[in-house]
Amino acid sequence: MTRTQNRDSGSTTWPDLVTTALLGTDRRPVPAAEAAQQLLDQAALHAVERRAGLRPGSATEPIALAPDDPRPALPESARRRLAMLLPERGGSRGDSSGSGSAGGSGNLANINELLPQYLAAACARGYRAPSALVPPLLDAARARSELRGDAVALAGPLGHWLAERNPDWRYVLRTPLRTDAVSADERLWQEGLFAERVTHLTRLRRRDPAGARELLCTTWATERAEDRLLFLDALQEGLSLDDEPFLESALSDRAKNVRLTAAELLSTLPGSALALRMADRARAAVSLTTTADGPRLTVHPPTSCDAAAQRDGVAASSPTGRADRAFWLSEILAATPLNVWVREIGPPTEVLALPVSDTWAQELRDAWSRAAVRQNDRAWARALLASRRGGGEMAAGSAAKLLAVLPPEERARWTADFLGRYGLGDAFQLLVACPAPWPETLGSEVLRALARVAEKGGYPWSHSGVLGVAERALAPDAAAELDALADGATPAWAEIFTRLAATLRLRATMLAELAPPPPPTA
Amino acid sequence: MAQLRTRGIQWWRHVRTESVSRSRPRHARGRRLHDLLCTRPLTIRTDLVPPAVSVAEPGAGPGAGPSADRIVGASVYGRPMEDRWTPEHVLSLAPDAPSRKAATKLSTPAPWSATGADSVSLWGECKGSGSTPYRTVVDLTGPAYHCSCPSRKFPCKHALALLLRWSGREEGEAPIPDWAGAWLEARSAKSEQRAEREADASPAGPDAAALLAAERRLTRRSARVAAGAAELEARLADQVRAGLADAPTQGYGPWGDVAARMVDAQAPGLASRARELGSVSASGPGWPSRLLEEYGLLHLLASGYRRVDSLPEALAATVRARVGFTVDAADVLRGPLVRDRWLVLGGRESVDEKLTTRRIWLRGSDSGRDALLLGFGRPGVAPELSLPTGLLLDAELAFHPGARPLRAVLGTRFGAPMAPPEAQAVPPGLRLDAALDAYGQALGDDPWLESWPVVLHRVVPTPTDLGWELADLAGPEPTAIPVDRRGTSDTGLWRLAAVSGGRPLTVFGECGHRGFTPITAWYQDGSRICTLGVPS
Repeated sequence: MTRTQNRDSGSTTWPDLVTTALLGTDRRPVPAAEAAQQLLDQAALHAVERRAGLRPGSATEPIALAPDDPRPALPESARRRLAMLLPERGGSRGDSSGSGSAGGSGNLANINELLPQYLAAACARGYRAPSALVPPLLDAARARSELRGDAVALAGPLGHWLAERNPDWRYVLRTPLRTDAVSADERLWQEGLFAERVTHLTRLRRRDPAGARELLCTTWATERAEDRLLFLDALQEGLSLDDEPFLESALSDRAKNVRLTAAELLSTLPGSALALRMADRARAAVSLTTTADGPRLTVHPPTSCDAAAQRDGVAASSPTGRADRAFWLSEILAATPLNVWVREIGPPTEVLALPVSDTWAQELRDAWSRAAVRQNDRAWARALLASRRGGGEMAAGSAAKLLAVLPPEERARWTADFLGRYGLGDAFQLLVACPAPWPETLGSEVLRALARVAEKGGYPWSHSGVLGVAERALAPDAAAELDALADGATPAWAEIFTRLAATLRLRATMLAELAPPPPPTA
Repeated sequence: MAQLRTRGIQWWRHVRTESVSRSRPRHARGRRLHDLLCTRPLTIRTDLVPPAVSVAEPGAGPGAGPSADRIVGASVYGRPMEDRWTPEHVLSLAPDAPSRKAATKLSTPAPWSATGADSVSLWGECKGSGSTPYRTVVDLTGPAYHCSCPSRKFPCKHALALLLRWSGREEGEAPIPDWAGAWLEARSAKSEQRAEREADASPAGPDAAALLAAERRLTRRSARVAAGAAELEARLADQVRAGLADAPTQGYGPWGDVAARMVDAQAPGLASRARELGSVSASGPGWPSRLLEEYGLLHLLASGYRRVDSLPEALAATVRARVGFTVDAADVLRGPLVRDRWLVLGGRESVDEKLTTRRIWLRGSDSGRDALLLGFGRPGVAPELSLPTGLLLDAELAFHPGARPLRAVLGTRFGAPMAPPEAQAVPPGLRLDAALDAYGQALGDDPWLESWPVVLHRVVPTPTDLGWELADLAGPEPTAIPVDRRGTSDTGLWRLAAVSGGRPLTVFGECGHRGFTPITAWYQDGSRICTLGVPS
């Protein structure tokens, strides 16, 4: 690293100059009058020389190439739309107002609601995100975890490549890619990070349920309790009676949470030994008796929770402080196959119509609701929901869970009917459970309900939940109706309606821009 | 991280203060400052503007007829519309990022009614939160905008959204309403008046009395600046006599005071350099070397100004500009004009509380000359200057005088910016050593340059343990230069990495002694060649 060949500028070197300047020219053995001037002249000379003579250094290790992404690029207009939907970050200083939280921006469309739909649609149509937009996409999903699945899928291999290098995007590596390809490398299971192992197990389970279970068995004894719990969760997909012996053994696990999860999985297998044991307990607790007024259900809740019941996942005492006997009853009923009652008594509507003491009526219904959700039993869910309208009390949350068991059209129909009767009050969770976009009947029922609230002078913000879902799920055709509603409404509601209409129109445009890609030309 | 190495060079001699007076002017082609002030009146190149007929070509929007007579007046300054602008072009007119976003959102059909266009203007009504829709009109020849909305942003989101819709050929077919027609009439009348005024005024030139007064003001200021420069020179020498070792304990204070005195002396260039000196000693290991470099260069500038009248003319202009004298754009335009097809290499915007500054770099496709245009605006108001990156602009530029001309003023444009032919979409670039040489050579003319604009050929943006570098992996010994983090955010670098994916890119930016500041990257996305403006 020779610095200077050309020495007509004097014989001093740069380090000499720096040293002299630090000490001060007055301290030199023979201070000359012009010493400081001369030193500065020299410094100028050297400074330009040093800058003008700069050479590139040697590169560090070359960076690995990001794998190619064979998926088609987004159409031009859809690419611009994505750039518009994604929040800006950091980059341009001094415009914090541009940070995507366009929530309150007057009558403009709400892009926060549109982004998840955009990502889902783009994913479903098999596009990849444009490389320049992958960083803001990963940033957006870092802040909003509900976007992660679609964002990571859209970002594809480039997203992974970036995440391996930028710790801010580490979550990408923990989010499983939606491919069914199972890495052939079984070493991943032995040596991989926890997230990689869960992903591996999930994918393997999808393809080869028994193989996945056997793989898990090989290391089960040495896994940590938290990990065992999540691995067990991964078995939910493709669950069958083949898994029973393994799950039975997990009922004796050291960790309580693992035991409970195993019990819950077993209870959803109607033929499992645990389900049969629960059925015995249930039959002992609830029975059909005949009285002078006809048949009725008699309830004798268990008086104790023995070791066997505890092993089957019934806790020895209620964690929430309910009376233990009621708690045991509901735990047992929730884990009992519903077809026990069908066999013993009759179809669900008949069972639910039977009189039962006031003390237990609600307990029974709640427990059956849990069982219907857990066992994904449509007939029971339908019957439970239908009997609600008869006046039975049911939390909106549990109704929404039951709704989720029904096929989509039926959910929408039931909810539309509910709105017609009871209005928007408890409808939020039900609406969330309905498929988007809403069918016409449900959509117009929601609009009618909103119009009623607006007319009565209700506050828009007390319905922000419903309005949020509507932005996501109302069909674009509703926009014209909303415009009409806005005309007659108070300013606050007019703004709400106009904005909702704008969002719907923007959504329609956005989805049209995401037209399916042309078939690949071979 | 790549370390920049220093090597010996044949270097620039004029800057040595003791030799400046002896050296013969190398660039004897220039004129004196005095000449710049009073020669060459501004001529309007009407002969080069395509006749108004070309405006009404097939494909121009509906309603071209009624406004044809207006075009004749407007086209003296404006340019006919050969093409619809791309959405990127439209968005580059926006004053800030939120406006871009809002405009894109508004560019759906829903809020708009009564929209229409002719070949040089657009109009429409946009429904806002109030009961009356906003009336928006755009004159494409300026471009100029008018909107009845209360926004202080300019152009407002409505004008931009209207342009976006036009760009997507969705302008609508409403006839021109009276309110739009009236505004356009008034505008063209005004510009005709202005043209006449200038045509009247130009041949005679500024009158002699005004010139004399300007010269007297200049003499007075020069004397003040000279006094300030002498004081600064003495101050620097005093510090060196006493030694710089104490600099870290002195902090910003003393140099802040010196800077204030330089402001009083009307030498803002010296002031900002003096202020910088206060922070160098706190800049981490190696500060003595950096500090002495800055001392040397500031000393060179101050003492150079003392001799400014005996310097070669171009160098004298550089010294004056660095000290803080400005030259009016109109005066610059009176100088020689360079017509070329200028490729827009990139742009950057910086915002402080008082001013939005937009810098746009150009390169002549025939001359190969680099140029830097500056535009200014109040915060929230877009600088009028706006050119979309990657397009070619046929125009005349006038360069500010100097030993190494770079800053320029945009003169007559001969048409809207156009996309270059595909083969020329990516500008040719330099290898890393050639890029550093370009900076070194520029320093030979202007020793105070912090950096020089260059296009790098095939470099890979690489994050390393010590920071980001741009690596050239071709060739037997892979080389790299560090990224100058003062002008580049993490966000920008990760975007750069994303479009690269480990593959080499063509990158335009500023190459300087603190490293490289990436500004634009050209990359391939599928079959398309795209440009990325690296966020600062």
